[in-house]
Amino acid sequence: MKKVEAIVRHFKLEDVKNALTDQGVQGMTITEVRGFGRQKGHTEMYRGTEYAVDFVPKIKIEVAVADDRLQDVVDTIMRTAQTGQIGDGKIFVTELLEAIRIRTGEKSQDALG
Amino acid sequence: MIMGSVWSKLGVVCALSMLGAMTITAVADEQGVAQEQASDAVLATVEGDSSIGQKPATPVDTGDNAWMLVSSALVLMMTGPGLAMFYSGLVRKKNVLGVMMQCFFLMAMMTVIWGLWGYTLAFGGDPDDPGASGYSAWIGNSEYLLMNNVAPTWQDSAGEPSYPMSGTIPVLTHMVFQGMFFIITPALICGAFAERMKFSAMVVFTAIWGTVVYCPLCHWVWDGGILADGSSYSQFGGFSLGALDFAGGTVVHISSGVSALVCALVLGKRLGYGSDPMPPHNLTYTTIGAAMLWVGWFGFNAGSAGAANTVAASAFVATHFSAAAGALAWAGMEWIFRGKPTVLGTCSGAVAGLVCVTPAAGFVLPIPAMILGLVAGVACYLACTGLKHTFGYDDSLDAFGVHGIGGTVGAVLTGVFATRVIQGSERLGVLENGPYLAAQIGATIVTWVFAAVVTFVILKLIDLTIGLRVSQKDEVQGLDLSQHGEEGYIFI
Repeated sequence: MKKVEAIVRHFKLEDVKNALTDQGVQGMTITEVRGFGRQKGHTEMYRGTEYAVDFVPKIKIEVAVADDRLQDVVDTIMRTAQTGQIGDGKIFVTELLEAIRIRTGEKSQDALG
Repeated sequence: MIMGSVWSKLGVVCALSMLGAMTITAVADEQGVAQEQASDAVLATVEGDSSIGQKPATPVDTGDNAWMLVSSALVLMMTGPGLAMFYSGLVRKKNVLGVMMQCFFLMAMMTVIWGLWGYTLAFGGDPDDPGASGYSAWIGNSEYLLMNNVAPTWQDSAGEPSYPMSGTIPVLTHMVFQGMFFIITPALICGAFAERMKFSAMVVFTAIWGTVVYCPLCHWVWDGGILADGSSYSQFGGFSLGALDFAGGTVVHISSGVSALVCALVLGKRLGYGSDPMPPHNLTYTTIGAAMLWVGWFGFNAGSAGAANTVAASAFVATHFSAAAGALAWAGMEWIFRGKPTVLGTCSGAVAGLVCVTPAAGFVLPIPAMILGLVAGVACYLACTGLKHTFGYDDSLDAFGVHGIGGTVGAVLTGVFATRVIQGSERLGVLENGPYLAAQIGATIVTWVFAAVVTFVILKLIDLTIGLRVSQKDEVQGLDLSQHGEEGYIFI
């Protein structure tokens, strides 16, 4: 199993979610996050005081997938979240040691589906 | 020497109010009788209507009374939720409740003080009949102590209640309208010491400040005192301090704005000021609050006509026009010099325009009111963006930059643009060759000095006793948790 963490733009969330669920992904978790990469931040001004805002808001999508589904999921996120401009975000893939459905106690891939 | 007697009198009145209820009632009754015998000109008793079972005919003008009661409610709305939201959106998340609490608590505490001794210190005594009513030009007497001569009384002879009257409205209405000003004035100062003052210190400070700064100033300006227009007490060796102050340019805005500056200087900067980011945590609150201030200000300024008359209409329009021009001016300055017009700037500009037109509202025509707003928007913008950074004081929410500067500009410009066309008979402003500009400047200086000195003394006394600032740990934690044990935003 793998965990896919995708940092994407706010307005891409709906597209990514729809494409993933169309593909059979049954669940995901999203978080509003802040961070920076090459896009860097922006400045804000309040009554003449300027603040450099380094951390820009993004959405983090977390999806747990079976190994054989990984490439499809990554491709789908790539396809739907991309604009080609700096600031599109990143995808991180990590090994997932275990998954357990709390209601039933099912484990591993049974817990994902 | 005069001031000495003032303070001793003040002390007596304050001490009086601390005595037991029995004693006070007795004293108040005695005074009531004395005043009734003196047939105070301001008071008129209800004339009896003989028809049984009907309410007695009263000299109340129902239109005036309705307008003044609505205005009173509008002015209260300026403090809560208006100012509470305007200010709380500007602080950091951890202090949002601290600011809201200061505003709401003041709505309660200043009301109680006003009812017990504030109103009488501000308005006690009749300047038209100084001998009989024991009037002083420096401070109100005990005429209205504990709502004596304000609340209705039972007239045994007539078999009906008697309402003390102030012109065409009950004294009750005048008292409660003025009480709303007593609430918002110290609440304005909260913007200067936000995010770092101990709540207990804030309570003690505002209670004392209201009694020894606001009440005397209010008396000087609006009850025939030393700064009152047309008062014999405002003439000092040929120089008149009798200024035009329609709705509180000196009494409310200069006094609170200058006191705010002193607070910012005496308390010192917030921890991390200048190095840590301290952006407003929720400008949507601030925008809503500013809109409420704008609406509430119609009660503040047009209500200060004291009646639903032509002057009220004129003041209403002047207020509206100045706010609009102020908003455009500030936003325009930002657009030209910083590239973007901001929401906070536009809101601040509207408030600056409202502050500036406050002393002038009942004396200026609509287009001059726009000029007032325009000047205020530019002046306050420069004060909040330039002046503050040049001198490095931490006026957290720009109480001085908006109210101190806007109030001062307004008080002076009133002496330029005021015109007899609205309500007067003699020439007023410079533009119609009127004499008032000197008095406007004089009254402004007196108010600046008085507010600054007394505020400084109060703050020092509090600092030496219970302390002004929260501990570093509490300041880092935020006032919501450290002062009130609550949080504004809870994650559940």
